[in-house]
Amino acid sequence: MPKTKKKIGIEKVWNRWGWIFISLMLIGVVMFIFYPIVYSLYLSTFSTRGFLKTFVGFGNYIKLLQDNYFILALKNILIILVVQVPIMLFLALIFATLLNDPKLKFKGIYRTALFLPAVTSLVAYTILFRMMFSNEGLVNNFLMTLRIIKEPIRWLLDPFWAKVTLIIALTWRWTGYNMMFYLAGLQNIPMEVYEAAEIDGATKTVQFFKITVPLLKPIILFTSITSTIGTLQLFDEPMNLAAGVVTGSSVGPGNSLLTPSVYIYNVCFKYSPNFGYASAISYVIVMIAAVLAFVQFKVAGERR
Amino acid sequence: MSKKLRYFLIYTFLTISAFISVFPFFWMIVGSTNTSVEVLKGKLTFGSQFVTNFKNLWDNYNLGRVLWNSVKISIFVVILSIIVSSMAGYGFEMYSSKGKNRVYSAFLLTMMIPFAALMVPLFRLMNFFNLIDSHWGVILPMIPSVFLVFFFRQNFSQYPKEIIMAARVDGANELQIFFSIVLPSMKSAYAAAAIYAFMTSWNAYLWPLVIIQSEQNKTLVLMISNLASGYTPDFGTVMMAVVIATLPMLIVFFSLQRYFVQGVLGSVKQ
Repeated sequence: MPKTKKKIGIEKVWNRWGWIFISLMLIGVVMFIFYPIVYSLYLSTFSTRGFLKTFVGFGNYIKLLQDNYFILALKNILIILVVQVPIMLFLALIFATLLNDPKLKFKGIYRTALFLPAVTSLVAYTILFRMMFSNEGLVNNFLMTLRIIKEPIRWLLDPFWAKVTLIIALTWRWTGYNMMFYLAGLQNIPMEVYEAAEIDGATKTVQFFKITVPLLKPIILFTSITSTIGTLQLFDEPMNLAAGVVTGSSVGPGNSLLTPSVYIYNVCFKYSPNFGYASAISYVIVMIAAVLAFVQFKVAGERR
Repeated sequence: MSKKLRYFLIYTFLTISAFISVFPFFWMIVGSTNTSVEVLKGKLTFGSQFVTNFKNLWDNYNLGRVLWNSVKISIFVVILSIIVSSMAGYGFEMYSSKGKNRVYSAFLLTMMIPFAALMVPLFRLMNFFNLIDSHWGVILPMIPSVFLVFFFRQNFSQYPKEIIMAARVDGANELQIFFSIVLPSMKSAYAAAAIYAFMTSWNAYLWPLVIIQSEQNKTLVLMISNLASGYTPDFGTVMMAVVIATLPMLIVFFSLQRYFVQGVLGSVKQ
């Protein structure tokens, strides 16, 4: 029977009810997400100083290419993206695999302990790390007592070590969080798969790379995309990690903790505000996020 | 490698990792009882400054007011965002149509957008509504959570449609069905969503930083950030503030662990 174009009365009524249920959310999203993202694009073609607005077309985007701060901010997050995200996700995967062993004892305690950092507020834990990594502080004391280092490391005063501190802090905060995704995923892999591999003589390492990683691929993809977007958005940690330690307007020693989000904030609210230029920066970040997500999809797809 | 040695190494590795994860919590509590110098030197034993630090925070930094601001913002965000997003999740799932699915896909795409990209127009919008330096300016943009819509839709997809049909036959209207039949039976999903919303609002930093300008409207997170970035902060007091900011999350976590994990992670399905 051909489908009738006119909907039956009751379905029309239900359809309308559906929109009623969605309406509040729709208003919110249009006002606070759709409108800003479109307006941002429009604004990025202007140079704004206070109430003064001059059309510059692609001018802001061209200016960006020569903006050393912007390039530095991109470099900084790129380093974190390439170093921190893989370390964290690999560690999370190891933890999840170990905790998935049915013979392991105290599983619940380990799981809770490893997840615990994920309950902290980003600002609070950053400041906690700032105090732990102070020059005469806890971490230096510990390393010197163990004779791993002879002189205190200038964690928050040296551009290289400041980045290392940030990477350690991020890994502490997010590893357990990502581990929980993997644990949830591992529960869908029947234990018999591993038992069969065991009988066939596959070592634990082979099992990890040949069973666990391929079967968890969708979740690994998901966590790497969320971690990538998270890294591109980094704000709370770089803003607070070395604040007060480093004087002046530098974000971390030698701007080593400057990220695009921090830069956008500074362009808007700290220096002489230029909303148009800030919008252009934010659009570049949106593009980078989209490209990286696309690349990750491709890479995951090809290895299938 | 023998089996025993293997397990020995696994337990050692896990114990050290668990220790590293938990240690900062212990040190934070210790720190709140010590002086500024002791905190910076990494003292590991409890001191006698607990009351001093708390009093300093209460008297000189207006802790009562600041806490109230944070609580107020969180309560509004939690209640409003779970109502709005669960209704939307229900609408998308139970009355699915081509048009709605398109809107839903558009919603999901916005999860990719970094908040910093929305910040400038949002600031101007709030300025237009005259909501700069007000709590409603902080609350409003935090209400529509696309993630929660996604989360609720996933949960409603498991709800038996027969019950809804039966209620319709009995003459209940759609809003009645949702609020008095479906909603009360989804308690665990609502608990998880409430925890998620609470965490985002209680810990929010960038948006309140943009919107709130006066001391009296500051949230706890803003106060901590301010407190720690001065030239000579009192780190004992900072530690106390960090403890106070973390405590509610810890309590929620340990009392509602199952919902908490669900709320933080959302529903992951392969």
